[in-house]
Amino acid sequence: VIWGVIQFPGSCDERDALRACSLAGEARLLWHGDRDLGEVDAIVVPGGFSYGDYLRAGAIARFSPLMESVIDFARSGGPVLGICNGFQVLCEAGLLPGALLPNRSLRFVCRQVNVVVENADTPFTRGCEKGDSLSVPVKHTTGRYYAPGIPQEQVVLRYAPGQNPNGAQNDIAGVCNTDGNVLGLMPHPEHAVDPLTGSADGGRLFESVAMVPAA
Amino acid sequence: VKARVLIRPKEGILDPQGKAVERALPALGFEGVEHVRVGRMVELETDDLERLPELCEKLLANPLIEDFEIETP
Repeated sequence: VIWGVIQFPGSCDERDALRACSLAGEARLLWHGDRDLGEVDAIVVPGGFSYGDYLRAGAIARFSPLMESVIDFARSGGPVLGICNGFQVLCEAGLLPGALLPNRSLRFVCRQVNVVVENADTPFTRGCEKGDSLSVPVKHTTGRYYAPGIPQEQVVLRYAPGQNPNGAQNDIAGVCNTDGNVLGLMPHPEHAVDPLTGSADGGRLFESVAMVPAA
Repeated sequence: VKARVLIRPKEGILDPQGKAVERALPALGFEGVEHVRVGRMVELETDDLERLPELCEKLLANPLIEDFEIETP
């Protein structure tokens, strides 16, 4: 799998995302101001503070030249993973339903959480079983997911009971589009790819993409 | 012409910022203040007032979570 990791002005997790991707294929850094995605098989929109989070988190990044190509790539079925600020960007771009609101606590949260796989039928979770628990960190201020009426099958990851860090609706940590090829999540799987830093569970999302889909 | 756009969290959406302000007021002696909502205001100048609502929907506000009002002189 050849991965493209997008860098916006203000991105800060693209290095870890590149490393996580390189454990499951080849990883390339893509600049937001370009239009050409090159020959990539999957895209990561990483975390950070694209465009300083001005106006609303993700609101301005969605108008980057490269995002137009990402939208086309996603609409044609290409796997796209949005992490944290990347999740916010994908919601603002209309590739994912809903929006992310300031944490209920109004505080920045940074802690390890367990998330439960609710849907193992996406390119990013097909290496997991429904009900699997993954230990991954969260670190955000605007992570309270809100999407009235989102169908159950689009909920891919949920915070384990009692671990919702931000007041997200129904403990939702990650959602996909109706086709399942676009996934957005607030926790950071790219920071959990090595037991040295506490957990390698996040690597399973990247490895899933590299797996041959079950027939 | 100059215009102002007022943006606020939609009714029914928890606004923790408004709640924090509301809870701070009694400590300063301001009793009985309720339903505080904190939004933001954008001032701009445009020659195309007709397209201003579209501009608001596409960028200044997220219609899923925010309401906006346009004020012109």
